[in-house]
Amino acid sequence: MRIVAERLNYTYNANSPFAVHALNNVSLTIEEGEFFGIIGHTGSGKSTFVQHLNGLLRLPESKKRKRRKSKKNAPHSTILKVGDFDLTDKKTDFRALRKAVGMVFQYPEYQLFAETVEEDVAFGLKNFSEKKLTKEETAQAVREALEEVGLDYNAVKDKSPFDLSGGQKRRAAIAGVIVTKPEVLVLDEPAAGLDPLGKKELMELLHKLHREWCKTVVIVSHDMDEIAENCTRAAVFSEGRAVECLPPRELFKKTDELLSLGLDVPLTAKIARALKERGIEIDCDFTVDGFVSAVLAKGGKP
Amino acid sequence: MKDVSFGQYYPVRSFVHRADPRLKILFLIAFITAIFIAKNFYGLAVCAFVLLLAILFSRVPFLKVLRAVRGVLFLVLFTAVLNLLFRTGEKTYWDGPAVYWSWKIFSVTQEGIVESLFLVVRLILLVVCSSLLTYTTTPVSLTDGIESLLTPLKWIRFPVHELALIMSIALRFIPILMDETERVKNAQMARGADFESGNPVRRVKAVVPILIPLLLSAFRRADELGDAMDARCYSGGKKRTKYKKLRLGWRDLIVFLVGAAMVTGVVLLRIYLGWPL
Repeated sequence: MRIVAERLNYTYNANSPFAVHALNNVSLTIEEGEFFGIIGHTGSGKSTFVQHLNGLLRLPESKKRKRRKSKKNAPHSTILKVGDFDLTDKKTDFRALRKAVGMVFQYPEYQLFAETVEEDVAFGLKNFSEKKLTKEETAQAVREALEEVGLDYNAVKDKSPFDLSGGQKRRAAIAGVIVTKPEVLVLDEPAAGLDPLGKKELMELLHKLHREWCKTVVIVSHDMDEIAENCTRAAVFSEGRAVECLPPRELFKKTDELLSLGLDVPLTAKIARALKERGIEIDCDFTVDGFVSAVLAKGGKP
Repeated sequence: MKDVSFGQYYPVRSFVHRADPRLKILFLIAFITAIFIAKNFYGLAVCAFVLLLAILFSRVPFLKVLRAVRGVLFLVLFTAVLNLLFRTGEKTYWDGPAVYWSWKIFSVTQEGIVESLFLVVRLILLVVCSSLLTYTTTPVSLTDGIESLLTPLKWIRFPVHELALIMSIALRFIPILMDETERVKNAQMARGADFESGNPVRRVKAVVPILIPLLLSAFRRADELGDAMDARCYSGGKKRTKYKKLRLGWRDLIVFLVGAAMVTGVVLLRIYLGWPL
């Protein structure tokens, strides 16, 4: 599903002294099949943006907008489309949308609640299915989801989710989201709080999911190395605006701009900059492998 | 602090905002007392006038203050209707029959009309004045004020400081827990949870996926906070100093004088003027 946002605005606590303008004319397109990254410092509006993607935050239907709508396709109106779902339309089937767009929040393990892992993973499945599923169907779907995230179904299904280890909890929580096989998977800082090995395994898991289950993956992240290594394109949010939207190869050439926005750049980009200051230009995609081969190509010797 | 602004505090600078919380609490108590001392509409008029002044000097929009009544509207109407229907009496205050309508034990009398009107005004004044306090005082300075006012109870070994600490921790964590509720709710909604439709039993059941993660995180936070306080060798009451010392100023003198004048006025009106006018 292609995600198109144009001139998206959102204000928290509108019309009160606490009003916060979180999104300011955000325009962004995410193509089907992308592994899309969203970066930005805290409060830049990135989480607000992704919460729009499955209708958790809705566009305020103001009188002004209704009037504009009647003047068909007025040039300055907001557009927000996820596949065939038009989120500016109030009549959109949000249940179907949420089934199609899976959302994994920050620290998803804190949303576990059921008595057993199986029950917890089946929660979304039961909510979204049209008819009542048989025990076998449910068990089958839960087994697939748990195995997809790398947990042993037979070993964990009857355990309390609170008895799992930290990494296992997160995997179980992710299984609870992907169990309905969403076409788009959105993850808000999926690797936060994990150790380096856990991070690596998680990113591998996301690539596996991207290949096998969910056509489009969108991750919100602070970790620039993660973005450089994994994403096809990345958008940079700053103060409610999407200021850049480029593949990592081009994005991280703008090291100075990113640093001035209070963001980091991947280690490879830092080294590339240091080399540039010494007169050596490296052209690479800023992944570790890509960087090393580019450097070796320059230096000649392996 | 997302879509739910916590509590009622209305952040502007004004005379009322900057007055000492202790004086404001005492004023509220005086106000409530005055409302109940008032035996006639003159007394209530004095209270209403003072309250109006307070609202003007607080710079909180008038409609916003009135909105506080909405929460207790049902209670107000309920009391009014009960009084209207059950009050019996032969007194007349204006030309017309003393009893307008009666059926079995119900009746609408002139006395009933006047009485329920009196009650409605009383209740509204009560609610508006209390909410004005929360509009103009942050929860933290409110607890500071309460702690300071309760100090005499220390004489009978009442744990005033601990009580105030519990209150301020509870208040401090309300926005955090609300944030957390929002987050968990969103997460479960993303998994298709539905909190809005279905019969009451279903709806109560639907809350479970929010409540359990929320309770767990509340316990976790309580543990962490306890550890953090221990790590800083926190021990209650004695010899602790305050970051913000409450000091009385000229504003508080004015608040005191207005409050005293109001109570005196209402008492005099009660003595010298009869019911209801």
